[in-house]
Amino acid sequence: MMMAFSEFLQYLFSGVTIGATYALVGVGFAIIYNASHVINFAQGEFVMIGGMGTVFLLNLGIPIPLAILCAIVLAVLVGLALEKFAVEPARNAEVVTLIIITIGASIFLRGLAQVFWGKEFHALPSFSGDTPFVIANATILPQSLWVLGVTLAIVLALVWFFKYTLLGKAIIATSCNADAAKMMGINTQFILFIAFGLSALLGAIAGIIIAPITFTSYDVGIMLGLKGFVAAVLGGLGSAVGAIVGGLLLGIAEAMAAGYISSDYKDAVPFIIILLILFFMPSGLFGVRGTERV
Amino acid sequence: MLKSLLKKGGLMAVLMLIFLSPTLAADTLKVGSFLSVTGPASFLGDPELKTLQLYIKKINAEGGLLGKQLELIHYDDAGDANKARTFVKRLISNDQVDLILGGTTTGTTMAAIPLVERARIPFISMAGGIEIVQPVKKWVFKTPQTDRMAAAKIMEDMVKRGINKIALISGTGGFGRSGREQTLEVAPEYGIDIVVDETYGPKDTDMTAQLTKIKNTPGVQAVLNFDFGQGPAIVTKNYRQLGIELPLYQSHGVASNSFIELAGPASEGVRIAASALLIADELPENDIQKQVLTSYKKEYEEAFKSPVSTFGAYGYDALMIAVDAIKRAETIDKAKVRDAIEQTKGYVGATGVVNMSPEDHMGLDLSAFRILEIKDGGWKLVE
Repeated sequence: MMMAFSEFLQYLFSGVTIGATYALVGVGFAIIYNASHVINFAQGEFVMIGGMGTVFLLNLGIPIPLAILCAIVLAVLVGLALEKFAVEPARNAEVVTLIIITIGASIFLRGLAQVFWGKEFHALPSFSGDTPFVIANATILPQSLWVLGVTLAIVLALVWFFKYTLLGKAIIATSCNADAAKMMGINTQFILFIAFGLSALLGAIAGIIIAPITFTSYDVGIMLGLKGFVAAVLGGLGSAVGAIVGGLLLGIAEAMAAGYISSDYKDAVPFIIILLILFFMPSGLFGVRGTERV
Repeated sequence: MLKSLLKKGGLMAVLMLIFLSPTLAADTLKVGSFLSVTGPASFLGDPELKTLQLYIKKINAEGGLLGKQLELIHYDDAGDANKARTFVKRLISNDQVDLILGGTTTGTTMAAIPLVERARIPFISMAGGIEIVQPVKKWVFKTPQTDRMAAAKIMEDMVKRGINKIALISGTGGFGRSGREQTLEVAPEYGIDIVVDETYGPKDTDMTAQLTKIKNTPGVQAVLNFDFGQGPAIVTKNYRQLGIELPLYQSHGVASNSFIELAGPASEGVRIAASALLIADELPENDIQKQVLTSYKKEYEEAFKSPVSTFGAYGYDALMIAVDAIKRAETIDKAKVRDAIEQTKGYVGATGVVNMSPEDHMGLDLSAFRILEIKDGGWKLVE
């Protein structure tokens, strides 16, 4: 009985850790979707820039806190540049065209990283050591606590941002009705600009805090981007809370499936869940049809 | 004016072609190559190409082969078997190469085999899969050890330590899959029981769930992880996180220093089966491979300022076996070169000692693998 419980707890720990990263990436998708109804497939590349950028700067001899900060700034700049130079010039195009632009941008960014940062995998040192905590015979790494703590802090900050700041409210207004928002004097183009910066920020943070656990490489964004997208759809595209819940659900489902069913079918489980949810709740767990979002 | 210029230019070009092409064809020996220099197998293909370029340059500087300069014609297949097929077609019909070295992965190699067999061109692959040379194909050879040999070597070591019940955890990528199959096949020969058999995806980032299952299975005496890339490093880290005390074995897929860098202190005590190249400098002086390994390591590291890898060694052997065969054949006639490759005996390479025969187009035995253990952040030979 005790054994079964500690086993369950171990699966839960690994599920929640990896789920938290999916959640952060998913929120990035949700924010840009809110501002423009564009699904930004370069989201995974922000994750990559965060992790790889930190590794690169660290190798130059820059101390880790500064390296992290610079990598985040770099990712945000790339996000803003992506909006300014790729998405904005095509602002009158169809949403589908914009989505295709983001796919192109992701391939471009991945290629750049491959050329300048190399093709190898890299590990970041853990922020506070590698000695795991033992809880009821299950173990959790200090880095996992970092992941969970940072995710929680970001969620709280986002809630505050969307509820109490003018900019946050403007993003919500734009997502509800872009035309009406424009008439109320909101510069929706600027909102989209900010949204890209914000989701690059979230992606980069996710990429950095997860890198000591999962390693990072130029193509790490493909998988994390895809899983983050699934998390966002699961939670109802456009809902930040939904993306968080979706990410955690996805991570836990994967870990439980690997532990209790078969590691061979682990990857099938999230997709079965998403199919079921889309069948019975087409707008996702937290998505509301109509005007209200977030 | 323009017309006459064009006419003159065209005439010149034709004349140049007539005068130059036969001499070019006679003075060079065309070495065709297709490798996965980019894409998921790039960490294999990249050192392979660098090695070919380095040593072809060196051979040319020393006067070439049979008085001819070697010309490397290379295409990057990015690990895609379809592209590999197209490029091999081009090497054969457009470039008219004299032999082909390459095929970084088993997939790209298998795609090339029907073409080289039809065109009757000697072909030496740098990929691991046993299906490349079993059954034997007339024109196809390979330099790396097979995954079956890695599994056998590891189990030899397990038996020595009195281990007969193990857990297997492997990736679902091509390398891990094939390794898993070979391990399951070889295990009964060594009286080893595989009590748990777990897998994970090539892009997975957390294997604690699978390892928890292994930890909670009674009777397991050791764990074997068969895969390459970042997967084994994550397995190793998770293994220590869960506090599993059993011996951990890895395959030759992790035989590079980047594995130690990625897994960090968690890699202490991990045992692998790998080529001796990793410990070239520590080999005893009387070791038969000592000389070739230390000089390859020195030359590669001086030229590229990056650590040598066992994958580049596959490229080294492919080129050197071909060079050796052409010297013995004293011609570049394809059929005679093929026969000479098949007659390779006692060639001391970077991977192992090669003894080819009409039944064995790889020519390596288990001595091409050494059991190494990670100690104090470096590889140590286990006797």
